[in-house]
Amino acid sequence: MKNDPLKKRDPNLLLQSAPLLRQELTTPAAMKEVWIALLPATAAALWFFGLSALLILITSISGALLTEWVFTDKQKRRFALSDTSAGLTGLLIGLTLPPGLPLWMAFLGGSVSIGLGKVIWGGLGTNIFNPALLGRAFLLGTFPIAMTTWGAAGGPGEFFQLHSSNLALPFMQAQVDSMSAATPLGLMKFEQQGTALWSLFMGNTAGSIGETSALFLLLGGVYLLLRRSIDWRIPTAIFLTAAVFSFIMFLTDGDKYPSPLFTLFSGGLLLGAFFMATDPVTSPLTPKGCWIFGIGVGFLVVLIRLFGGLPEGMLYAILLMNAATPLIDRYTQPRIFGRQA
Amino acid sequence: MATDVSAYEEMIKGLWRDNPVFVQVLGMCPMLAVTNSAINAVVMGLATFFVLVTSSFLVSSFKQWIPKQVRISLYVIIIATFVTVVDYSLLAMLPAIHKELGAFIPLIVANCMILGRQEAFASKHGVKYAVMDAVGMSAGFMIALFSLGAVREILGVGALFGVDLFSANFEPWVIMILPPGGFLTLGLLLLFFNWFTERRRQFLIKVADVDKIAVGVKDNG
Amino acid sequence: MNTANITSSTHPSAQNQEPGSSRLVISMAVAGFISGVIIIAIYMLTFDTIKENKARELREAVFRVLPDVSHMQKLHFVDNKMVVVKSDGMDDEMIFAGYDKDAKFIGYAIQGKAPGFQDTVHILYGYLSSNSNITGMAVLESRETPGLGDKIFKDMDFVSEFINLPMHKDIKAVKKGTKTQENEIDAITGATISSKIVVKIINQAFKKWSPRLPQQGSEPALELSEVKVVKES
Repeated sequence: MKNDPLKKRDPNLLLQSAPLLRQELTTPAAMKEVWIALLPATAAALWFFGLSALLILITSISGALLTEWVFTDKQKRRFALSDTSAGLTGLLIGLTLPPGLPLWMAFLGGSVSIGLGKVIWGGLGTNIFNPALLGRAFLLGTFPIAMTTWGAAGGPGEFFQLHSSNLALPFMQAQVDSMSAATPLGLMKFEQQGTALWSLFMGNTAGSIGETSALFLLLGGVYLLLRRSIDWRIPTAIFLTAAVFSFIMFLTDGDKYPSPLFTLFSGGLLLGAFFMATDPVTSPLTPKGCWIFGIGVGFLVVLIRLFGGLPEGMLYAILLMNAATPLIDRYTQPRIFGRQA
Repeated sequence: MATDVSAYEEMIKGLWRDNPVFVQVLGMCPMLAVTNSAINAVVMGLATFFVLVTSSFLVSSFKQWIPKQVRISLYVIIIATFVTVVDYSLLAMLPAIHKELGAFIPLIVANCMILGRQEAFASKHGVKYAVMDAVGMSAGFMIALFSLGAVREILGVGALFGVDLFSANFEPWVIMILPPGGFLTLGLLLLFFNWFTERRRQFLIKVADVDKIAVGVKDNG
Repeated sequence: MNTANITSSTHPSAQNQEPGSSRLVISMAVAGFISGVIIIAIYMLTFDTIKENKARELREAVFRVLPDVSHMQKLHFVDNKMVVVKSDGMDDEMIFAGYDKDAKFIGYAIQGKAPGFQDTVHILYGYLSSNSNITGMAVLESRETPGLGDKIFKDMDFVSEFINLPMHKDIKAVKKGTKTQENEIDAITGATISSKIVVKIINQAFKKWSPRLPQQGSEPALELSEVKVVKES
C-alpha cells in the first residue's frame, strides 16, 4: 500500500471509484489457501504410499509447470507461473493417481491437465472443465488398466518401498506389480465386501494417493470453509445428497448397496467435494446455482457408483456438472432490484 | 501453356491452400469415424478419391444437359451409383477392411465435400479442370485422413499399417483409437495447421517488408 | 455412361428457357435408369466373390473351433428334431456338424449371440457331445472397444482357455489370476464385461442346444454334396 500513488496525494483531493472497500483477495492469495489446505492430505499420501507418492506428485507438478511455461507468452511467463495455479493443478491431479502408476504417465497427466484443460481455453479463469479432473479423465481413458491398478497402503516403515511399476520407461508398459490391491469401492462393487469405517477414515486402504484419508481431507476442507475460501454450499449439498440417496438405496438392499458413511468416506468423494467441485472457475457463481451444482454432483456420483460400470464416479460427476455450469448460472441469475421477474 | 499452369494450380490448391479438411473443415464424419488405423484411412481415402474424380468427370461432362432445377438429385444419383460400385468392389476384394469401415462406405454419399465440389466447381468448369480439382481435393482429403489415421494408430496401437514400431512392451493409448482420440487428434492437427499457416504468413510479410516489395505476396491465411 | 441416351432426351438449346416439367422428369428417369443398370451390373459381377468370401469365413471359423474337421453340414432344428439343410441361409436355429475325412462324426459347431458392450457379439464354439468338452471358440462378429473388448478374439491367452474346456456345469468368468475351478475362465484385465459376455453366450447356447442335440451315436450321417472344409495353413 506504501507505493499506492493515490495515497501520496493530498487526502482532500483523493478521488476513488467504487468499490471502496479493498480486499486482499488476489489469485495468488487464494491459491495459497488451497496449498495450505492440501498439506494434511499430501502428508497423509506420503505417509501411506511413501516414495512412490512423492515421485508421482513431483512429476505431475513438473509436467504441469513445464506445459504452462512452454505455452505461455514469453512476456507473461513469470506472471503466469507466479500465481502458482499451474503447480496446484499438478498437485491435484497427482493426488488422484494410483501409487503404482508409471511416472511418465503422471507427467503426461500434469501436462494434459494444463495443455488441454487450461491453456487451450485461454488460460486461467476461462476453462470450462476442472483442469486436474480433465487430465485424470484423459489418463483414465488412455491407460485404463494402469489407472485402475491400485497399490496397497503401507506405513512409515515402508517409505522407501517403491512400486517397481513407477519406473517404467516412457511409452512402455509397467511390469505387473505384485503389490496390487483392490480399492474399498472395487471390493464393494464387485465382491460385495465392505471395508472397516476406521480404515476409511484414517486412510490405510488402497486407492489414489491423496483420496484415501478422510480425516486429513476433512482437516483441509474445514480450514478452507473457515477461511471462507470456498463456497460452503457446494460441499454441503454434495454430502447431503450423496448421503440421502445412498441411504435410500441402503434401505432397499443393505447387502448390495453400501451405507451412507461408506459412500462419503470412500473413493474420491471428499477430495473432489472440497478441492475440485469448489473450483471457482468451473462452478456456479450464484448461491442457488451452488446448491443445484452440489446436488447434481452428489446425485451423479452415487448413481455412477451403484449403477454404472465403474466403481468410482466422482470424476465424471464433477465433469458433467462443470459442463452444466454455464446453464445453471444463466437460470439462477438474481433478479435485478425493482425489475419484474 | 497458361491453361496448363492454372489446371495444375486447381489440383495443387486442394493439397494445402484449400485443403478440404484442414481449411474447409468438410467431410468430418468419415474423418473422425474411420481413422483409427492408417490402412482404414487410406482405403477410405481411395474410395473417396474414386467417387469424387468419377463424379466430377461426369458432372462437368454433362453439365449443359443437367437442368438446374433437378441438379442436386442428379448429382446425388451419380455419386450414389459410384459409392455402390465402391461398396460392392470392397466387399468382394477386401472383406476384412470393408467390415471395419462398415456403414461409413455407404455414407460417402453424404460426404459434403463430394457434393460440394460438384455444386461449386465441376458444374461450372470444363472437364479437365474439374478432374484436376477433384484429384487435388481428394488427395488433400486423403493426406488429412492418413495423417489422422497414422497418429492414432501409432499412439493407440504402437504400429503403422499393422507393423509394430516399438517393442512388445509399448503401452497403447487406448483413447486414441476410440472416438475421443479422433476429436483430440483432429483438433491438435488443426491447431498445428493454423499455427504453421500463420507463421508462414508472418514470415512472408516480413520478407516483403524487408525487400520493400509488398506486391506479389499472396495471402495464404 | 451412355452419352447418346442423355442427349437424345434433352435439348441443349433449351438451356436459357425454363425447361418443361417433362424434360425434368425425363432427365431424372434416364439418370435413374443408367444408375440402376450400373448398380445391377456391379452387383452381379461381385455376387459370387462376396458369397464365397462369406462361406470361407464361416468354414474357417468352424475349422478353428472344431479341430480335425474336413467336412461339415448344416443342421436345422425344426419340429423337435435336427434335419440336414443345404440352403445357403443361416439363422439362429442352425448349427454345424463336423465330420472327419472318412465322414465320421466329430462334433458340433454351435453359434450364439448376445448384446455386448457396444453391439451384438456373435460367437461360434465347437462342442464334443462324447465328453461334453468345448473344443474352441471364435468370434464371428463384434464391435467391442478396440484395444480392450476386442481382446476376446485378439488375446490368444483368452481364446485358448476355451480349448478343451469341460462343460459339465455353467462356466464362469473370474478376475484374471484367480481361476481355481475347472469351469472358471480368467477374464481379460480391463475387459471384464466383454469376457463375461462371451461366457454368458456359451452358457445360454449350451442350455438351448444340449436338449436338442441327437442321442450320441445317432448323429445325422454326412450327406453328399456337403460343404468341404479346406485346411488353411
